Amino acid sequence: MTLTDELFAKNTVKLDSKIPDGPVADKWDNYKENMKLVNPNNKRKFKVIVVGTGLAGASAAATLAELGYQVDAFTFHDSARRAHSIAAQGGINGAKNYKGDGDSVHRLFYDTVKGGDFRAREANVHRLAQVSVDIIDQMVAQGVPFAREYGGLLDNRSFGGAQVSRTFYARGQTGQQLLLGAYQQFSRQVGLGGISLYNRSELIDIVVIDGRASGIVVRDLVTGEISSHAAHAVVLATGGYGNAFFLSTNAMACNVTAAWRAHRKGALFANPCYTQIHPTCIPQSDDSQSKLTLMSESLRNDGRVWVPTNPDETRQARDIPEEERDYYLERLYPSFGNLAPRDISSRAAKRLVDKGQGVGPKKNGVYLDFSEAIERLGHDVVQERYGNLFEMYERIAGENPYETPMRIYPASHYTMGGLWVDYELQTNIPGLYAAGEANFSDHGANRLGASALMQGLSDGYFVLPYTIGNGLAPLLGKSMPGIDHPEFKAAEEAARERFNAYLAINGTKSPDYFHRELGKIIWDYCGMERTEEGLKKALELLPALYQEFKTDLRVTGDGDNMNQTLEKAGRVDDFFQLGMLMCRDALDRNESCGGHFRSEYQTDDGEALRDDENYCHVAAWQWGGDPMTPNLNVEPLEFEAVHLATRSYK
Amino acid sequence: MAQVVTSKRGPVTGTATHQRKKRPFLLDLYSTAVGKKYAMGLSGIAMMGFVLFHMIGNLKIYAGAADLDHYAHFLQTLLYPLAPKGWVLWILRGGLISMLFLHLHAAWSLTRLNRHARPVKYQSKRDYQIANFASRTMRWSGIIVLGFIVWHLLDLTFGVVNSETGKMITHPGDEESVKAVYASIVYSFQRTPVALFYVVANILLGIHLFHGTWSIFQSLGWNNPRFNNWRRGFATGFASLVVVGNVSFPIAVMAGIVG
Amino acid sequence: MSNHLKNITLRIWRQAGPAAKGNFETHVVDEITDEASFLEMLDILNDKLVTEGKEAVVFDHDCREGICGTCSLMIDGQAHGPQRGTATCQLHMRQFKSNDTITIEPWRASAFPIIKDLMVDRSAFDRIIESGGYITADTGGAPDANLIPISKIVADAAMDSAACIGCGACVAACPNGAANLFTGAKIAHLSRLPQGQAERYSRVEAMVETMDEKFGSCTNHGECEAACPKEISIDVIALMNKDFRKAKFANRKDLARK
Repeated sequence: MTLTDELFAKNTVKLDSKIPDGPVADKWDNYKENMKLVNPNNKRKFKVIVVGTGLAGASAAATLAELGYQVDAFTFHDSARRAHSIAAQGGINGAKNYKGDGDSVHRLFYDTVKGGDFRAREANVHRLAQVSVDIIDQMVAQGVPFAREYGGLLDNRSFGGAQVSRTFYARGQTGQQLLLGAYQQFSRQVGLGGISLYNRSELIDIVVIDGRASGIVVRDLVTGEISSHAAHAVVLATGGYGNAFFLSTNAMACNVTAAWRAHRKGALFANPCYTQIHPTCIPQSDDSQSKLTLMSESLRNDGRVWVPTNPDETRQARDIPEEERDYYLERLYPSFGNLAPRDISSRAAKRLVDKGQGVGPKKNGVYLDFSEAIERLGHDVVQERYGNLFEMYERIAGENPYETPMRIYPASHYTMGGLWVDYELQTNIPGLYAAGEANFSDHGANRLGASALMQGLSDGYFVLPYTIGNGLAPLLGKSMPGIDHPEFKAAEEAARERFNAYLAINGTKSPDYFHRELGKIIWDYCGMERTEEGLKKALELLPALYQEFKTDLRVTGDGDNMNQTLEKAGRVDDFFQLGMLMCRDALDRNESCGGHFRSEYQTDDGEALRDDENYCHVAAWQWGGDPMTPNLNVEPLEFEAVHLATRSYK
Repeated sequence: MAQVVTSKRGPVTGTATHQRKKRPFLLDLYSTAVGKKYAMGLSGIAMMGFVLFHMIGNLKIYAGAADLDHYAHFLQTLLYPLAPKGWVLWILRGGLISMLFLHLHAAWSLTRLNRHARPVKYQSKRDYQIANFASRTMRWSGIIVLGFIVWHLLDLTFGVVNSETGKMITHPGDEESVKAVYASIVYSFQRTPVALFYVVANILLGIHLFHGTWSIFQSLGWNNPRFNNWRRGFATGFASLVVVGNVSFPIAVMAGIVG
Repeated sequence: MSNHLKNITLRIWRQAGPAAKGNFETHVVDEITDEASFLEMLDILNDKLVTEGKEAVVFDHDCREGICGTCSLMIDGQAHGPQRGTATCQLHMRQFKSNDTITIEPWRASAFPIIKDLMVDRSAFDRIIESGGYITADTGGAPDANLIPISKIVADAAMDSAACIGCGACVAACPNGAANLFTGAKIAHLSRLPQGQAERYSRVEAMVETMDEKFGSCTNHGECEAACPKEISIDVIALMNKDFRKAKFANRKDLARK
């Protein structure tokens, strides 16, 4: 009996992943053919709440409204267009095979499963690959100005972890253009009355009545007012939790609160230890830094990564002769070279920097060099491809990448873990759905480049509109609890108390201070490389710091108007609780896979060593009343279409 | 110093469902700020045409009194005997006046709109990057030029402030007498303050024309990568041409070249 | 590599609420590295204020990569500060010197009411987009993405104007508080693409009219282009004006049919 079976037998929650019958390639079609439908006239009788207006949220809200559902959309930003999807630079994958280089739905599916180190649910990933084709069509029809070739057809570039060119892009601003596309569809529905938009409104709690998600409690960030909203279904498209690290490439306001509050109300949180470290970020330059900036992975298409072979090198990059440079990705992974997947490139950089071969004033980076590309393609072509990224680098680092190589270093970027969802993207709480980065479903233990945009749009445009209908159809004619239900009132009261409590502590340290300290612990012990010892230490440090947070926090101002310090306090509180779960999950997973690298489990040459016998499962955690005592549930992963294999990019 | 409008909280929906007002299409166009800019641009073109031909016509002053006075007479009897004497000139003047009114009305209502768009000014000093003296003083240069036009009409058209205006003269070789425009101009510019006012007002007119001319391309949507680089140059050239021509008259009179 | 700036005096606009009377408040930042971003300097100030029991300065910010458009600020009389083509969040302290006095004000326009301190409400932009800033393409019915070839030049030009981040700097910098650059950028983006042709004239009419209800008018100063962190050209305004005229005149017949 494997560990997976053993744990499965002890599950406290029945985890039904609802994977449809049939071969993996037919599952989605089978699902669509057999799902229940809601008559167009009846759709307007259903209200769906969508929290978050990024790619997944905006596209879901727009499509549901187009279908005729009443949609209430919530964003804590001032406008739906601000969501962090906007910052994605590189591109979006689509199995179009426009380049005729042998791409197919199956190949994208396979690459994604393999890239995820065989820790994703096959059926979900295949569906993602299938609809990737429709996403490109949809976005072009909406006016997304993807890059084109001179003949007028769409251009593609290649991306890490793939041997075909299937990535569609709009300069270095693909996320922006896709989000604006979705935002425009969303805005159209706001204009037409299909969506009611609540801006600057942050989700504070989920209300579950008789086992079903019945609505949410939100705080109006401008007035501090706490209000309830009831619906037939609630979609959380609230992004990932990368800001648990404090320093990450996430936007400043990204947080885990929505997912975490759902978790506390019974939704399982899956694989929290699967966090992605992006290899190409600008290294930290000083201690006051608030966030790290990502340079698109697409730079690795033409840039060459190297470090000086001599750890005591003091010369400028240009003056170091070829033979004293170590192009380590090309050396270690000859077939993928500089395009090795993110986790692999990141760890390789970390190992060299740890050995003292880092570059830059803090010796905390590696070079990403374009001199060869400029020689081969010419300055103009390089400028055409990466001009805006180079400018951005120069603004931040104060160096010109056409002349000196960029310095890059890995940073927390994306979180593969998230709310556990079934094939319908429904959590274990009926009526509560999670989409985009907020769920765990498609990327396994590591996400490939240009797949996040694909997943967000797939969930929002092409999956949820079907599966929500299937969930709502049986509810026709049944009455749903309204916001005067005692559960709503209780949740509102709890929310008020929670925020008043932060104000009442009146300690000495700001929420930012705690966030920074929390982030340091998580980065040091639950970052790119984890050890049993370190994780245990983190699990001692975190509760102690959390205790200090609860007694020494200082939040100035009031709760009845715009108060960013108070908002932050609530978010940091939830990050503390999540941080403990991340470490616990990382400690429990005694293997290395994808973004989760336990140094005890590695091959002789330092590659991740999976344990498929015991850990080929999803770890879905149930809230146990205290962040330190969660209950583990597992969903075994079965692979029918792909063979479990060692992930090699050599 | 509160910005008076406050943000209304609560859900936003159905913002694009209101029925748009139906109006006759010219009014419809003019009711928008973009439409008013069209009106300003088109009336501006009409008046630019006027100032250019006015200046060119007046160059006759260098050809002597008889030539200038004959030119004035020609304008007054334009298309005569097809049309009664003076009629065509008055029709042209009528057109010009309506263009002026359109220009003024559009400017006035746009100014009101703009004031309303920022009821509370910046409390610290603005550091303008591109906006130049011309663009930022359009309102004032316009008003001063308008004041000058009134004076100019009282001076050289109606003779309220010029005793020579309206007098008749019979040039050698002529059978009938014509208005002594030349003499009236010379009389006017021999008064130094009048000449100075004329010079200053024309420089302001030039500044107004410079920004106005360049603006026309933008406001009327005449944007074409092939000639975009020429727009500023054209505006500078046109404004300078008008100013140099116009300003030469009082200078010539005061320097004794004309007189 | 990094230098330290000393003794920076900040004059920051503080205003308790939309209707409150505001005023400048002076704070001194004793020392800061020039590697720090402008907003990190405000973070440090805020951290200090909170520790001292004072209320932190409220300002909008999010991605800090110059793409989300959340950050604003009038810095020394310039929208997004002194560096061209740069949003406030990408502005670094190396643009300033020791002993500088920096004045920070919120953006001022009646369409952008102040929420608190330096934070304003830019929802008016959303209203413009809602009125027509889209291509109607319901999910599911799209033809193959390569069905309509789009010349690279056209796609690139559309992308130039689609780069708008909706930050509102154009309105803030405009002496008239006009939103023509924002509106023109979206119109130019969609109207240049073949997919955008069907709604080309109804879009421009609806968007311009919505813009008119809330913002001032364009007097062609060009300040918006200079302030735009994405350096969008005022050519888009000319294009919008042209399309608006066409919508009112040339296509009157088509529009009258509906």
